[in-house]
Order: sequence, then structure tokens, then C-alpha cells
Amino acid sequence: MIEIFQTYTAEFMQGMGMTIFSSLLAFAGSIILGLVCALFEISPIKPLKIIGTVYVEIFRNIPLLVVTMFFYIVIPKYVMPMSGFSAGTIGLTIYTSAFFAEVIKAGINSVPTGQWEAARSNGMTYLQAMHHIVFPQAVRIIIPPLGNQTITLVKNSSVLAFVAGFDLMYQANQISSITFQQVPTYFIVGILYLIITMPLSYLMRHLENKLEV
Amino acid sequence: MKKSKLLTLITLIMATALLAVGCGKSVADKNISTRVEEEKSITWGVKSDLRLVGLLNIKDNKLEGFEVDLAKALTKRMYGDDVKVNFVPVTSNTRMALLKNGNIDALVATMTILPERKKVVDFSDSYFTAGQTIIVKKGSKITNPQELVAGTKVIGLQGSNSVQNIKKVAPLSQVLELPDAAQAFSALQSGQADAMTSDNVMLYGLVSDNPNYQLAGKPFTTEEYGIAVNKGQKDILNKINKTLAAMKKDGSYNKLLLKWFGQIPGFKVGDVQ
Repeated sequence: MIEIFQTYTAEFMQGMGMTIFSSLLAFAGSIILGLVCALFEISPIKPLKIIGTVYVEIFRNIPLLVVTMFFYIVIPKYVMPMSGFSAGTIGLTIYTSAFFAEVIKAGINSVPTGQWEAARSNGMTYLQAMHHIVFPQAVRIIIPPLGNQTITLVKNSSVLAFVAGFDLMYQANQISSITFQQVPTYFIVGILYLIITMPLSYLMRHLENKLEV
Repeated sequence: MKKSKLLTLITLIMATALLAVGCGKSVADKNISTRVEEEKSITWGVKSDLRLVGLLNIKDNKLEGFEVDLAKALTKRMYGDDVKVNFVPVTSNTRMALLKNGNIDALVATMTILPERKKVVDFSDSYFTAGQTIIVKKGSKITNPQELVAGTKVIGLQGSNSVQNIKKVAPLSQVLELPDAAQAFSALQSGQADAMTSDNVMLYGLVSDNPNYQLAGKPFTTEEYGIAVNKGQKDILNKINKTLAAMKKDGSYNKLLLKWFGQIPGFKVGDVQ
């Protein structure tokens, strides 16, 4: 096993780098998209509410691989060229943002309506009330499930392997097809994924403690 | 009393089974050539899932393709018109077993002549040279695998040795590995790469369905396909070799090749002979 790791260190590291890079991009994208969708979903304005709800329902209920293949095969054919890495990362972002949106929505909804009413009756606008009163309270509730979704995101990034995105899983497939040493190769890959996700778990726990959830 | 009856029954069943096994063995060991002449029937093992080579047509439930026609032509020349030609569909996993147990008399099923296979069965002379090649979109600047230079991309299939082979021929081209042929071809159609590489036999099938794509350049690996018969069947093997040579000489073999592969853009008879 050590031998395989030594022989293919560069490939493993490149794969790990790609997995981290793709996950970071998808995380940033999902936070923004998810927040916008959540605000749309709970918005008092009807069309926005519909847009947010439809988006979340569609992308939460389609398998990630299907979304990704759409961006890898269909978009380049009819719209614009797109590499496997981009297609995979965009697919991952869209898919994950739907889950992020649900988490954020649930967090905001869990803030008692009394808080809303108090803020509004003090003359705050909808946005002011959201910004100063409701959202800060919601964040504490949002953090733990958001952490779970983030870890899922990192693991889901292995979808890049199916569209030649050069991530950790893709490299593992290549290495095992050259060496025929599937067991040690995937064992190493498992450890490398753990190296990425374990610190995330700890970070989440730390944040939870800090926010005294 | 009851017990002894059961025992008799079991013994009977086992004896029948043994007899059946024995029969199978004797069929495989018997001289096939004389048996075909006596019984006026021969059974070929062919592929049933490979377009243009051996494919089961689901409309009329008949096998068709280059190897099917080759088997028919060989039979006709070796044993005359009145011999019945039977076909048994085989896969790469089942073909050896079916030949060994006597279910089929000879195999013409994209089987590469390999030293380790020669220990188990006898091969005829090569009847087809398969090899790895590339396909590109029509009008592509790339006309052979060597032109896949830095900055180009080529799609291969995950887990196949064709990926390693293309790296030797076009070391600077980026290789994208995809899980299966259908997805790989879709990716090529979407412009994810400049070319796709695999065995020419598989690529022929893809190209024949999609006329916008063509073969580019000669195959850069060689795999000789041979007709396999059981060890010790010298008579039929000699007949096959002689007939094959005669067919190549009088042009009927080329006609067969052209019948199945002639429409494929970029196909040259010389590449596979």
C-alpha cells in the first residue's frame, strides 16, 4: 500500500488538490445560491417565492450525477464548451445549493414569530428585521446541519470522476486500472478523503460549542 | 424398503447425469469434420452484441454481421450447400466453455490469438486484424493518432489498456477517461475532446451509426483474430485454413469485408488483413 502511494504520490496529490478546489468553489457558490433561494422561498413576494421553491424542489430531487451529466454533455453541445471539472463543480454547486437553501430556510423559520413582530412594530423594514434581528438568531440553528451538508458536498465531489474531472476518485480509478491493486488504492483514497473531511467535522463541532447551540 | 427405493432413484439420476457428461465429452473429442459430413450440420459460436461483426437483429431474431457471414461462407465451401449452419451466441466469458463442452464446433467470435489460449484450443490463421485506432468528427484537422499533439484531448475508456496505448502514441495529448463507450461517445459529440480511442471493431459500430464521425489513421496496435476449435481437431482446422486462404485469394473475403465495413468512412481493407 505504501509502495502504491509512493509511486503515485503526484497523482494522488493532484487528485486531492482538485477535490479540495472543486469543493471550495462549490461551497462558496452553494452558500450564495442557497441563501438567495432561502430568502426567495420565505419572501412575502409571490413570484420570488415560486422561483425559490421550484428551484429547490427540482434540484433537490434530481440525482447529482444527472445534473452533472447535463452540464457535461448537453450544455457543451448546444450552449458553450465546458470541461469536466467545470461541469462537475457547477453540478455540485447547483445540487448542494438546494440543500443549503432548505437548511437556511428552516433556520430562519425556527426563529419565533414574536421576534419578527417585535422588530416590525419597532419600525424596522422587512429587510432590516431580517438583517438585524432574525438572521443572527437563525445562524446558530443553521450551523450544525450546514456542516453536515458541507461534508456531504466534499464526498459528493467524487462525481467529478464520472466526467473526467481529475479529482481524487478519478485518479484512484486510473491508478487501480494500471496496477490492478484496487484494495490498497481505494484504501489510500478513503484515508485521503478522511484527511479532508475530519478537520471539517472538528471545525463544525468547535463552531457549535462556540455558538452554544 | 423406502430407503432403498430412494437410493435406487438417486443412483439412477446420477448415472443419467454421468452419461450426459460422458456424451458431451465424446462429442467434443469426436472428429468434428467427419461428424459434420455425416450429420450435415455444424454449429458456430458467434458474437451477438457487436454491431457489424455479430449482432442479433431484434426485428427478425437473426444473427448478422461479418463473422456470421464468414462462418456461412466457410461452411458452404468446406462441406457444401446442404449442410445446416447453426449459430450459438457467445460472450467473451462463455465462449471457451461452450467450445470445450462440445456445444459448438468452432468459434468465430472476435477471439484474439494469444499464447495462453493456444494451450487450451487450436487457432486457425488470422482472419481479421483488429487494433486500436481513433475516431474524429468529420472535417477534423486530425488525420491520424500521431497528430494528437499538446493541447489536444482524447477520450478513452476507464480500465481498458487502450488508455495506456494511446499515451505511447500521443504522449502530449490529454487523456480523458470515461466509464463506458456510450458516455465516451456522447462526450466526444459534445466536443469534450478532439478524438476517441478504442478497438477499431467497436469504433466501426459507433461510426456506422453516426456518419458525422470517421476513423483517422491506421490502427497502432494489432490483435489477430483466429477461428478456434478444440485441441486435436486437425481435419476441420486444416479445412478452415485452406478455405480461408482460398477466399482471400479469389477476392470473396475482401467482398465480405467491404459488405460490412465498406461504408465506414476511413475504413481500408488493408488495415485489417
